[in-house]
Amino acid sequence: MSNAISILNGASSSDAVKITDSGLRGMITLRGDLDSAQLKSAVSAAVGSDIPAQRKITHGPMGGVAWMSPDELLLLVAYDQADAITAQISEALGAEHHMAVNVSDARAIFRIEGQGAREVLAKGAPIDLSPEAFGIGDFRRTRVGQLAAAFWMTQTDMFELICFRSVGEFMFDWLTNAARDGSLPEYF
Amino acid sequence: MLTLKCPCCGVTAEETEFAPGGEAHLTRFGPGTDDQAFADYLFARKNPRGVHFERWRHAFGCGKWFHAARCTATLEVFGTYTAQTSTPPEELVAKIKAKRPDWEGFA
Ligand SMILES: [Zn+2]
Repeated sequence: MSNAISILNGASSSDAVKITDSGLRGMITLRGDLDSAQLKSAVSAAVGSDIPAQRKITHGPMGGVAWMSPDELLLLVAYDQADAITAQISEALGAEHHMAVNVSDARAIFRIEGQGAREVLAKGAPIDLSPEAFGIGDFRRTRVGQLAAAFWMTQTDMFELICFRSVGEFMFDWLTNAARDGSLPEYF
Repeated sequence: MLTLKCPCCGVTAEETEFAPGGEAHLTRFGPGTDDQAFADYLFARKNPRGVHFERWRHAFGCGKWFHAARCTATLEVFGTYTAQTSTPPEELVAKIKAKRPDWEGFA
């Protein structure tokens, strides 16, 4: 068996706002009719959570479910469970038109934590990251610098961010640079 | 800088989150049509000074295509609407007509 490692194998930065490679995470792309009862029950069986509303993320005992687009969800589960859960979903949906793919190894996931985490992202994402506009439960696909990314808050001053693994190292460097001590505008 | 509202995910975002897709509502001329019609379909565009209908994709967001109506001279955005149509919605056309009485209308 090969020994799977995440893009930076758990590396982290040492500034006040800390950037960490979150390690391996199971990620499953699920496309289909999000209003379908069968899809709802398949997701609920897989992660123990309801389907999130538009641009939201929900969490269940086995993982998270993020709203990616009107016909796409992202399931966040334990890395070593991803293949089994993908198969379980495909089986539950049977002949219903859908696509479930384990994309875990195509992605990188980072944690941004510390007071000012919002400002690190606000430096690169063209969206409103003030506490009134973005909070826990929100999920946003956008760009960070020039890279496609998506992020959400896990708790106050803590974000998780996903991007393609192929640009993971650049993303880590970008975030680490944006989080340098003394470089935050302290606007929020 | 344009600010567009993606009708697919509800986000109001600035231009750099989107990718432009050129003029909207083109009629496709393919195999079986004459060369001039095919050439016009490929290359001839209205390029108006004023009201214009365009295709855009929410490239850094939900990834979906949609339509936008805007003014090429002032960059005013009149509205955005679904990609699953071959003509702009009537309400939108009426709204534009009210704002720009001299506009010749959608053709
Ligand atoms: Zn969108």
